[in-house]
Amino acid sequence: MSVLRPLDKQPGLNTATILLVGTEDALLQQLADSMLKEDCASELKVHLARSLPLPSNVNRPRIDLIVFVVNLHSKYSLRNVEESLHHVDTTFFLGKVGFLITGAGREGHCSIHRNTVVRLARTYRSPLLFCDLEVEGFRATVAQRLVRMLQICAGHVPGVSALNLLSLLRSSENPALEDV
Amino acid sequence: MDSYDTSESTPRHSASSRLKDYFIGATPLQKRLESVRKLTSFIPTPPRRKIPQCSQLQEDNDPQKVAFLLHKQWTLYSLTPLYKFSYTNLKEYSRLLSAFIAAEKQKGLAVEVGEDFNIKVTFSTLLGMKGTQRDSEAFLVQILSKSQLPYENREHKVLWTGWFCCIFGDSLLETVSEDFTCVPLFLANGAETNTAIVGTWFQKTFDCYFSPLAINAFNLSWMAAMWTACKMDQYMAATEFLWSVPCSPQSLDISYAIHPEDAKALWDSVHKTPGEVTQEEVDLFMDCLYSHFHRHFKIHLSATRLVRVSTSVASAHTDGKIKILCHKYLIGVLAYLTELAIFQID
Repeated sequence: MSVLRPLDKQPGLNTATILLVGTEDALLQQLADSMLKEDCASELKVHLARSLPLPSNVNRPRIDLIVFVVNLHSKYSLRNVEESLHHVDTTFFLGKVGFLITGAGREGHCSIHRNTVVRLARTYRSPLLFCDLEVEGFRATVAQRLVRMLQICAGHVPGVSALNLLSLLRSSENPALEDV
Repeated sequence: MDSYDTSESTPRHSASSRLKDYFIGATPLQKRLESVRKLTSFIPTPPRRKIPQCSQLQEDNDPQKVAFLLHKQWTLYSLTPLYKFSYTNLKEYSRLLSAFIAAEKQKGLAVEVGEDFNIKVTFSTLLGMKGTQRDSEAFLVQILSKSQLPYENREHKVLWTGWFCCIFGDSLLETVSEDFTCVPLFLANGAETNTAIVGTWFQKTFDCYFSPLAINAFNLSWMAAMWTACKMDQYMAATEFLWSVPCSPQSLDISYAIHPEDAKALWDSVHKTPGEVTQEEVDLFMDCLYSHFHRHFKIHLSATRLVRVSTSVASAHTDGKIKILCHKYLIGVLAYLTELAIFQID
């Protein structure tokens, strides 16, 4: 099972699972801790992975949201994410995938141009979040956003689906770009 | 007018074409706002840059006159446009600046303008240091030490040099009104205290602002690619890269030196469009170096930070230090640095 599919497992009762994929182990761990600190009606499960595909011998719950974390200071993290994207089924991109970019605050250390990741997110039609994960306050804020997105993607928020959320997030951008 | 030309090539539903109806006869501020809007509202396209060539204006440049600019380490700053700066008042400026420096060096004592101290300041224009005719003329400021003994006719020793230039600064020139002189790139060589004093005087006199120009890893890799792409008759130095590995407690430095002809051969195999460098080519060039290194040492250089690039054309450090080694491509190197400076000002 080398490709992740959104609906190939039964959902757990009141459980929402997020998968964070990225090479920055320390940052992912901190983000996971921040997310688990959030007050949430559903039971949260956070899985961390360096890259995809995930090992198939492990018993894991259904994944509701995948967030790919790219560090602008490291081209390696971008390459890693680009390769991992091949192992995600296309139906996941209907609102259940997001990109989180860290490191934009320290412009002097950036080795990837901001436009590269913006184009990546546009290609995959997925929301793009910028957050400096090294700063405690910003991390807590983005953790709150991710928890909310996760609840919606797991179907725990009545009346809003992952696809609804995706179209809401996209219409905030310039409408002229929808032609791309 | 430029704003009308670009409207033909933009997509029909572009928001900025509606804006153009409001901005006929725009003031410079309005033009500036519009150019910022243009940048944020369009689909980001990968940049293409011209490989530095010998420009027409540079042919008039006398190699002897600018030889002192080469082989020196310059610290880079970006500078906002100068208000009411005049090229005819250079002598006046040198007197004022000398007095200011003397005053700073002897704080608390009253200084008369015109009094002789052992410091002399000269302002001079550098002819030929521009990309297009529209660019402002480059000028040079030097702090010289005067010989104490009046009858000796020896050369003054140069204590500090700083020069201001603008190479292909069209994007900035368009948005600035008549009273301002645009020289966004400032290069300084000499003691840091002198740079600070001169900077303070300029900021007070011309209402401008200096800020140190750092060069990030992304721009350093562009520089590496562009300078490797330059045709050289003779290579003076190896092509060298320096990476900083973020690890505790002390960061490691990895240095990678390649024979310049090998680097050029690698570039030629990657290069497709003649005369231009694209983002893909730069990425491919650097990826080849990274994968070669990985094959031998199993270290992912792409996870580290590029800190220094050194080629036969020039060498640059991320802290904003540059050394230009080749006269032929002086203008090309400065053009890219001007672009970075303008980007930092915006």
